[in-house]
Amino acid sequence: MHRKTLTELQAGLARGDYSARELAEHFIKRIQSLDPELNSFISITAEQALAQADAADAARARGEAGPLNGLPIAHKDIFCTRGVRTSCGSRMLDNFNAPYDATVVEKLQAGGAVVLGKTNMDEFAMGSSNETSYYGPVKNPWDLTRVPGGSSGGSAAAVAARLVPAATGTDTGGSIRQPAALTGITGLKPTYGRVSRWGMIAFASSLDQAGPMATSAADCALLLSAMAGHDPRDSTCVDRPVDNYSADLDKPLTGLRIGLPKEFFPATLDGRIADSTHAALRELEKQGATLVDISLPSVDLSVPAYYVIAPAEASSNLSRFDGVRYGYRCNDPQDLEDMFKRSRSEGFGAEVKRRILVGTYALSHGYYDAYYLKAQKVRRLISDDFVRAFEQVDVIMGPTSPELAFGLGAKSDDPVTMYMADVFTIAVNLAGLPALSMPAGVIDGLPVGVQVIGNYFREGQILNVAHRFQQATDWHQQQPAFGGDA
Amino acid sequence: MALDPQALARVAHLARLHLDPTDSAALTDRLNSILDMVNQLQDANVGDVAPMAHPMDVAQTLRADVVTEGDIRAIVQPLAPATEDGCYLVPRVIE
Amino acid sequence: MSWETVIGLEIHVQLSTQSKIFSGSSTAFGAEPNSQASLVDLAMPGTLPVTNLEAIRKAVKFGLAIDAQIAKRSVFERKNYFYPDLPKGYQTTQLAEPIVGAGAVEIQLEDGTRKTVRIHHAHLEEDAGKSLHEAFFDENGHGMTGIDLNRAGTPLIEIVTEPDMRSAEEAVAFARKLHSLVTSIGICDGHMAQGSMRFDVNVSVRKKGDDTLGTRTETKNLNSFKFMEAAIKLEVERQIDLIEDGGKVVQETRLYNGDTHTARSMRSKEDANDYRYFPCPDLLPVIITDEDIEALRAELPELPDARQARFIDQYGLSDYDAGILAGDRAVADYFEAVVTASGDAKLSANWVTGDVAARLNAADIGIDQCPVSAVHLGQMIQRILDGTISSKIAKQVFDACWNGEGSPDQVIEARGLKQMSDSGELEKIIDQVIHDNTAQAEAFRAADEGKQKKMFGFFVGQVMKLTQGKANPQQVNALLQERLK
Repeated sequence: MHRKTLTELQAGLARGDYSARELAEHFIKRIQSLDPELNSFISITAEQALAQADAADAARARGEAGPLNGLPIAHKDIFCTRGVRTSCGSRMLDNFNAPYDATVVEKLQAGGAVVLGKTNMDEFAMGSSNETSYYGPVKNPWDLTRVPGGSSGGSAAAVAARLVPAATGTDTGGSIRQPAALTGITGLKPTYGRVSRWGMIAFASSLDQAGPMATSAADCALLLSAMAGHDPRDSTCVDRPVDNYSADLDKPLTGLRIGLPKEFFPATLDGRIADSTHAALRELEKQGATLVDISLPSVDLSVPAYYVIAPAEASSNLSRFDGVRYGYRCNDPQDLEDMFKRSRSEGFGAEVKRRILVGTYALSHGYYDAYYLKAQKVRRLISDDFVRAFEQVDVIMGPTSPELAFGLGAKSDDPVTMYMADVFTIAVNLAGLPALSMPAGVIDGLPVGVQVIGNYFREGQILNVAHRFQQATDWHQQQPAFGGDA
Repeated sequence: MALDPQALARVAHLARLHLDPTDSAALTDRLNSILDMVNQLQDANVGDVAPMAHPMDVAQTLRADVVTEGDIRAIVQPLAPATEDGCYLVPRVIE
Repeated sequence: MSWETVIGLEIHVQLSTQSKIFSGSSTAFGAEPNSQASLVDLAMPGTLPVTNLEAIRKAVKFGLAIDAQIAKRSVFERKNYFYPDLPKGYQTTQLAEPIVGAGAVEIQLEDGTRKTVRIHHAHLEEDAGKSLHEAFFDENGHGMTGIDLNRAGTPLIEIVTEPDMRSAEEAVAFARKLHSLVTSIGICDGHMAQGSMRFDVNVSVRKKGDDTLGTRTETKNLNSFKFMEAAIKLEVERQIDLIEDGGKVVQETRLYNGDTHTARSMRSKEDANDYRYFPCPDLLPVIITDEDIEALRAELPELPDARQARFIDQYGLSDYDAGILAGDRAVADYFEAVVTASGDAKLSANWVTGDVAARLNAADIGIDQCPVSAVHLGQMIQRILDGTISSKIAKQVFDACWNGEGSPDQVIEARGLKQMSDSGELEKIIDQVIHDNTAQAEAFRAADEGKQKKMFGFFVGQVMKLTQGKANPQQVNALLQERLK
């Protein structure tokens, strides 16, 4: 069962090949036996999952099955789930059983999905390797000595190892797409404002966006249709009808103009990744698309701009973790200042503290103009580059990540090298555009991902491109040897 | 622009983070390597472009003035480290 | 040496919305601690603010009332600092692009002179929670502070004046005027004791004739006019003494204690403060159109100054009475309802500023809680005008109405307070009074005109005593004059 896509499982459930309970039990068994090695889950919610599965079976029997009825999924541990630990990968929230459900959680549950657990992640989504988690690093199922990428590394590894057919993720600078690329799955970051952020613990509010991670574009379309939509509790969430993302998946690509920014193909790019990307482009050309060379001149500044804006917003967003109303409080505080300082220093890990310090510095008196304001202006230039490019092309493509999955610990000592892992993904968040990563090759036993960037609210179009590609190729069906026979 | 230990101490205080004096030097180095990378921004020619605070260039949507939330104290106070008589407790504040 | 005082104010005005500025919690005063603190107010991870339209509308109304420029685009920013009653670790406020720009408020001083106080700007923000410093201890007996977040997120406008006031009296006149304005336009309940309006006063002194401002101090959180006046006077005195003794004023924040009439410097955190303001990424700019502004302007009631002018013009009231009546919208509405019912503006004004105000003051209640309705007061005044009761008896009637004995007519009837209009009956009583006081009557008749005037009151008093005050005074005078000839 675990080799099937969400779409196939949906059909199987509808036919009665298996019940939602059988499905849930099967995947829970896989998680219990295989995850101790991967460490992709922080919490397994078996009991609740079985109850949800029984409810799904009952709903189907009554003829009231929703679109996701009985389909097992997992949530990144950044989404609040009522009564269930919501740690955000941090010691700060290790004891935090959220008192409410995130909108994304509510919507998927309303569609009938069965939640098997909460997946591991970089602490407060700050990382590109899943090594900053308080719960330990997640391993890449393709090679257990390598990272799965981050920050949604737990969701990526779990889906890649088929411990769950699909999972939610969040993407602030590449946190869905980069781990999707490094684990050989499909992951989509929607347009900023397409999916509600209510209940999604904030990292950088003007960049964060939730999206689906699954083994195919069709599965992502199915999930996104359920996740997206206006939410009165998030005033940055756009009030605009949600497309049926599954409807146009098969549309021919004839006449599609694909922009190839020269900035995404630097001379220093790993030749094997470049080759896989070009091979994918040739396949799309074969289907009628045309390739257009373009330039996004300001994109080269996206990493420095991001590493001002994201830490600045984060430094403020994470101020609420003060040991007063929830979360970690240090033992025996001497006074108020001591309580604030020790609770935060003991509750946050090293990378989170680094980013809070950088962000605080960038906003502090005398530096605001040079850092924060400058970064916001550069952000405008980057966004304008994309706006101009989309006057010429329909989608923009390139490699998702400049490198394959790297070794655990290889970059832990050098934050700046780690930050470069997101060099191709970050600009999209600064502009607020939708983008996905899809598998496009396997090199030396490690998957390669290709990124497809769409214009605002054109999630349907990039899913269409990915789906057509996946109809013609089988990269997305390649699976790691790990857990293959269980 | 670079951080020295004094500036780091000031920023850490603003962020209410306690610095371990033994690794303050190593932390300063790492933060400065981040700032070095970020300093590429200083060479950018931004002209008089308007800063972009947000990807959506639209107006804020507002809500009607209606009370929609009730008393959730019994649900949320068990999450707190210390409460008494309905209040959250912290070490005494001296003004 | 002659000194000049320079005062600027920052006023926090709680907007009278049902729900908070960024959440759907109630803003009602006096609830159980934290029973009106929602997920958003508690800054639970993952929660987001959604702005209350009514808070925006009320802020714009204030701007229109002071003739200020309304910002078509205003931006919420985050002011970052740690404090246990500030759940998010930042206050959502406005800095670079506030909703209300420069405006002006005209004040009237005791001696009748008028003066304009310029408003620098007014911005929207959220209130913090409350820290309760007494009564909490941990298991080791260490004192703890309790945090109540019911107030957290209550909408405020912070109004910042230019340093245009030159005395405590001017500052208080301004504060009273502002109170009158915000309550009149219905954006604040004006309950000072509940913290609905809180004043921070910036005070400096300089030698008369100097152009440059002296170093100022800020005394925070004064929530009564009385304390405000006392605190300013105290601070002015302190600064002058300090300078005259060769010292220097230090820029600092001070706390005034109204019970002891003392003030002290707060631990100076000025240099450590760096609020790191930046635009709140959870809230897009607030856009207001010309149509929105015009619609709100149309909703504004008659403002106190205009109403005062109309009262003088339409009812012939004195500047002073018109000012008192128009200064409080509820009082002004009550007064106009009394005029409608009675038909006599001057008598209505006398009653409202006199007996009604005194009784309300003594009972410490507002006019909205006055037990005597405007219609009843008007009816009573009619009874004075039509001679049914005298002004003196009217006070009895008013008291009875206040105590819930019914309408004025019911009271007059039940207590038999109708003036004696039967002259035959009155003649009998007057004859008896003269008969019972023959000696005085003889003395009166023998006296010269000057003495007679003094003695006349005795006979009136006797008649009133026998009639229990119900005799018509003019009638008594006329009959007595006749009988004592």
